[in-house]
Amino acid sequence: MPLSAFAFETTAITPKEPTALSQQPIATLTNISKRYGTTVALDRLSLSLHPGEVVALLGPNGAGKSTAVKLLLGLVAPTSGTTRVFGSDPRNATTRTRVGAMLQVARVTEVLRVRDHLDLFRSYYPNPLPVPEILRIAQLQGIEDRFFGQLSGGQRQRLLFALAICGNPDLIFLDEPTVGMDIQARRALWGQIRFLSAQGKTILLTTHYLEEADALAHRIIVINKGRVVSQGTPAEIKRNSGGRTIRCQTRLSREVLHALPSVTNVEHNQGAVVVTASDAETVVREMLLRDETLSGLEVASPALEDAFLALTKS
Amino acid sequence: MATSAIAHPVPAATGSVHTLRIFRKEAKYEFLKLMRTKSFSLSTIGFPVMFYVLFGIANRNAFAGNIHIAKYMLGSYACFGLIGAALFGIGVGVASELAAGWLELKRASPMPASAYLFAKCASAVAFGLIIVCLLTVIATGFGGVSVSAIELVKMLGMTIVGSISFASMGLLLAQLVPANAAPAIVNLIYLPMSFLSGLWIPIKFMPHWLQGIAPTLPTYHLSQLMLRIFGYGDSISLATHWNALIGFTLLMLGLSWFIFHRKEQNA
Repeated sequence: MPLSAFAFETTAITPKEPTALSQQPIATLTNISKRYGTTVALDRLSLSLHPGEVVALLGPNGAGKSTAVKLLLGLVAPTSGTTRVFGSDPRNATTRTRVGAMLQVARVTEVLRVRDHLDLFRSYYPNPLPVPEILRIAQLQGIEDRFFGQLSGGQRQRLLFALAICGNPDLIFLDEPTVGMDIQARRALWGQIRFLSAQGKTILLTTHYLEEADALAHRIIVINKGRVVSQGTPAEIKRNSGGRTIRCQTRLSREVLHALPSVTNVEHNQGAVVVTASDAETVVREMLLRDETLSGLEVASPALEDAFLALTKS
Repeated sequence: MATSAIAHPVPAATGSVHTLRIFRKEAKYEFLKLMRTKSFSLSTIGFPVMFYVLFGIANRNAFAGNIHIAKYMLGSYACFGLIGAALFGIGVGVASELAAGWLELKRASPMPASAYLFAKCASAVAFGLIIVCLLTVIATGFGGVSVSAIELVKMLGMTIVGSISFASMGLLLAQLVPANAAPAIVNLIYLPMSFLSGLWIPIKFMPHWLQGIAPTLPTYHLSQLMLRIFGYGDSISLATHWNALIGFTLLMLGLSWFIFHRKEQNA
């Protein structure tokens, strides 16, 4: 996998959203276990969502992402542990008036128009957004009279997004929101997600597009086999898993390189050596000291993909 | 980046007005959906009408004793139609929404479950009433049938009861049957059950061993209640028929509720 070669801050830790995490969480899963028969979907998992943050839930298929989201939406009950959304049970109707969800739906009623769908979902909420504003945010202007069956893939996703936000919720769940969209549509939806976040709404996003998590999330929670494997800002996740890679041409031998402090891997790749180390600065200093002919030096942080794969490999 | 909490404004609509509006809109869009789904609306309304036109009108002058056959058929095809509307509208409709994840999205929303159930039931009732009215118009217009005002009111009332009854059966089927098999399975239940209940041919024209099956079927009891409005029907007491139909409805509702809650725990 090609390394993304962008400069990585070695001293300044990317500041976390200063106020979000210090506020009380608005949604929590506490010590949740969920079993379906003999299958364990979630194993003593805990996570919390704080006001105003965008959290990405990442995990391979079967990791338990959908189950976690369903628990927070009150669609299933846990085998043990507690879920709390806005201080109460997520199955509470009042709680639901402050929550919006965009789930993966295989088939939406095709013979209803866009405005019919919006009219119906808006009626569920006490203070829905005005229709023109929903159309503007979800970019459905001009197609409100079309039947759902006449919409393109991207337009269908935007309608589902509109249904998630139409009630002006404070907490929004987006399950693979940009699946099936082209790049422009995806970027546009990212813009809308950022806009909602800027208004102070809290967003939990599940996605397979690691670029999406990287671009949108204040915090990433990586889960695998029903447990939280890692969490932190995108930069922290990348830094804490596998370390950074140093690529150069050097005459130093494999044994010497392996012996350097914090080196975890040495590979030869297209005539160059790729050294993986968690303390990249020390290793680079040692290499430069020992080999004056060293050339073509590149230090890169792992792509989020590599970090993710490293975390979920087992 | 703003992290100030959004001040929660005072709700614009108060509780019951708001809930009533949800019920109304849910029912409206469910009905619209069924009407616009031509494969459903044309067949559910078309088949009973077609059968009556073919078989009922031909019998406009035929009598068996006191029984005007065209009128008898009005009663039995009315049942056939309203049962079909309920089983297909709800049995197939809910199964499909369940499988697609659409029902899940609605459950995650503040929509009360009762609004959803009401909408489905009301739409089944609406279709039942449409079918029965159409059949009555055809029967009185072309079948030489005379229906008094009281009989008509009673028919419409029985249609509402029957639609609700078979709506509950549809609800149970929707939870038991995989969505892509639903239309076929509903047909496999609906058609034999209708035939064996005498909805197409009165059961007295069937062999004795088949006749015995009829009283075990809810469709038979509904049709007997409908026919009794005209003074036709069998010799079993009205109370027995009512008990059978109501018992059946409660059984369907009870099983549906039980299965739904068990799925919710294991889902």
